[in-house]
Amino acid sequence: MKRAGLTFAISLLAAIIIAASFSRANPPTGRDWALSLAFVITSWVAAWSLSWIADLVLPKNLSRFIVPAIFGVGIIAAWQAYVITSNIPVVLLPSPSQIGAKFASSLPILGADFVQTIVHAVIPGWLMGCGAGFLTALICDRNDFLKRGLLPLGNLVAALPIVGVAPILVMWFGFDWPSKAAMVVVMTFFPMLINTLAGLNASGHMEKDLMKSYGTSWFTTLLKLRLPAAMPFIFNALKINSTLAMIGAIVAEFFGTPIVGMGFRMSTEVGRQGLDMVWAEITVAALAGSFFYGCLAFAERKVTFWHPSYRR
Amino acid sequence: MVTVRPSPSPLLRNGSPPSPALRERMKKLIPLFTITLAIFVLWYVATIPMNSVLTSSKIASAGGGLWNTLAFSWSEQRPVLPAPHQVLREIWNTVFIVAPWSIKSLVFHLWITLSSTLVGFIMGGLLGIALAIGIVHAASLEKSLMPWIIASQTIPILAIAPMLIVVLGKTGLPEIITKASISAYLCFFPVAIGMVKGLRSPDVMQQDLMRTYNASAAQVLWKLRLPAALPFFFASLKVSVAIALTGAIVAELPTGAVAGIGARLLNGSYYGQTLQIWAALFVAAFAAATLVWLLSKLEQNSLKRMGAQL
Repeated sequence: MKRAGLTFAISLLAAIIIAASFSRANPPTGRDWALSLAFVITSWVAAWSLSWIADLVLPKNLSRFIVPAIFGVGIIAAWQAYVITSNIPVVLLPSPSQIGAKFASSLPILGADFVQTIVHAVIPGWLMGCGAGFLTALICDRNDFLKRGLLPLGNLVAALPIVGVAPILVMWFGFDWPSKAAMVVVMTFFPMLINTLAGLNASGHMEKDLMKSYGTSWFTTLLKLRLPAAMPFIFNALKINSTLAMIGAIVAEFFGTPIVGMGFRMSTEVGRQGLDMVWAEITVAALAGSFFYGCLAFAERKVTFWHPSYRR
Repeated sequence: MVTVRPSPSPLLRNGSPPSPALRERMKKLIPLFTITLAIFVLWYVATIPMNSVLTSSKIASAGGGLWNTLAFSWSEQRPVLPAPHQVLREIWNTVFIVAPWSIKSLVFHLWITLSSTLVGFIMGGLLGIALAIGIVHAASLEKSLMPWIIASQTIPILAIAPMLIVVLGKTGLPEIITKASISAYLCFFPVAIGMVKGLRSPDVMQQDLMRTYNASAAQVLWKLRLPAALPFFFASLKVSVAIALTGAIVAELPTGAVAGIGARLLNGSYYGQTLQIWAALFVAAFAAATLVWLLSKLEQNSLKRMGAQL
C-alpha cells in the first residue's frame, strides 16, 4: 500500500513537471518529442499505480472490473492532459474530448458507415465464412483423404497475408459490400477449418471407446461427444475471426468502395486531416469489436461451462 | 536417416515392400498432391467462364472450338482470373529477368516490405517479452494490463494502420520505423500471451526446488522460467511473423507508398494489372511461408540443443 501510494505520488509529480516544461512550439521540437515519451511513461506508471492502489483497497469480486477500468480512465485523463499541455496539433493527435464531441455530432454518418461495413459486410461474411469452415471440417472428418490433403494447405494459407486478395475480390464482386463480405468469408474460412478439425480430435480415447461400446452412430457421437469437446476450439476460432472479419471488411474498402463505409471514411478523413472523425470511427470499430467479442465470450461461458478454465 | 527395413518376404521378390517411414510419408504426400493438383485443374477450368467477358467475342470470331477457347482464356493481357502459368511467367519476369534494384523488380519491393516486417517483428517481440516478464512478476500489473492487452486486439489495428502511418510520418520518424510500428503492434500480442503462458508453465515441484535452492527471482527467471517458456515462445513467434508481414503490407496501402508489396497491390488494382497483383500476392505468400519455415527450423535446432526429444 505504502509502495503503491509512493509510486503514484512520484510518477504523478513527474508527469506534472514534464507537462509544465513543454515548449508549446508549433511544430513541436525534438526536445518536445523526448518530453512526450517521458510523459507517456510517467503517466502510464501513474495510471498503473493508481489501479494498484484500487486493487489493494477493493474487495476481490469488485476489483476484477474496476481495476482495469481505473487504469483505462487514468490513461484517457493522461491523454487529455497531454494534448492540452503540449499544444500538439489536432492533425497529429486530437484529445478525447474533441473525439467525443465529433462522435456525438456526426452520429448519422457513423451510423450509415456502421450499417455499410458491419451489418452488410462483417456479419454476413463472418457467418458464411465460419459456417463454410465448420461444414468443410465436418466433411474432412468423414473423409480422411480430403483431410490429409486440406489440412497442410489450410495451415499454409493461415500463415499467408490473405488481405492481399482484397484487390482481386473488389475486381470480381464490384465496389459495394458484396466484395467486402467475400473478403470476410475468405479471411474467416481457414481459421475455422483448422480449429474445428483440431477440436474434433480433442475428445479422449476413453470417451470414444465408451461411445463405441454403446454402439452409437458417427452422427450421435458427433452430437453427444465430439462437438461439445470441440467447442473451446470452435469458440477460439470464432473470436479470432471476429477481429479478422473487421480487418478484412475495412481493408477491402481501401481498394474501392461507394462513398460510405468505415474504411472509406477513415482513408478520406486522413486525407482531409480530419483526425477527430477518424478517431470517432476507430471508437465505433473498437466498441463494435469489443461488443462482438464480449457476446462470444459470454456464449462460450454458457456453452463450455464444464471446461477447467471456468472452474472456481 | 536410419530406416529399418523389414526383411523381404519370399512372396514379394520383385519390388520389396516400402519401408514404414516411406509409407508414412507417402500417406501424407499423396493426398496433398492430389488436392493441390485438383486446385490447379479447377483453376485452369475456372479461367474459361471467369474470362468469358473479355474472351467470348474473340473466341466467336476465331471460329470457336475448344482449342480457341483455351488459347484465348489462358493468354489474356489483363485477365479477370489469370491462368497459373501466366502468374508464374510474371513472377519469373519480375524476379529473375529484371535487375533486383530496379523499381520494376519484385525483389526490390519484397525487400522494402520485408525489412520493415523484420524491424517490427523484433520490436514487437521484445515488447511482448518485456510485458510478459512484468506480468508474471507483478500481480497488479496483470490485473490492470491484461484486459487492455486483450482489448487492444479487438481494435482492428490493420484497418487504422494507414492513419497511424500518416500521423507517425508527421513526427519525422523514418518511414521504415513507422511501418514497422504497425507490425510491432500486431506482433507483441501473441508473444506476450504465449510468453505469459510459457513463463508460468514450470510446475510447482520445479518452483519448490528453486525455492529450496534459495534462488532469487532473477535466477528463477533465467534458469527455470525462460527455458521452460521456449516452446511457447517459438509457437508465438511463428504466429507473429506471419501477421507482421500482413501488417507491413497493409501499412503500405493508402499512404501513397511507391515501393513495397502493398504499393504493388494497390498500383495493380488502380490500373487493372491483374497479373501484377497475383504475382505480388504469390511472392508475399512465398516470403511468409519461408519466414515461418525458417523459424520452425530454428525452433527444432534450439529445442534439440536443450535436450528436447522431438
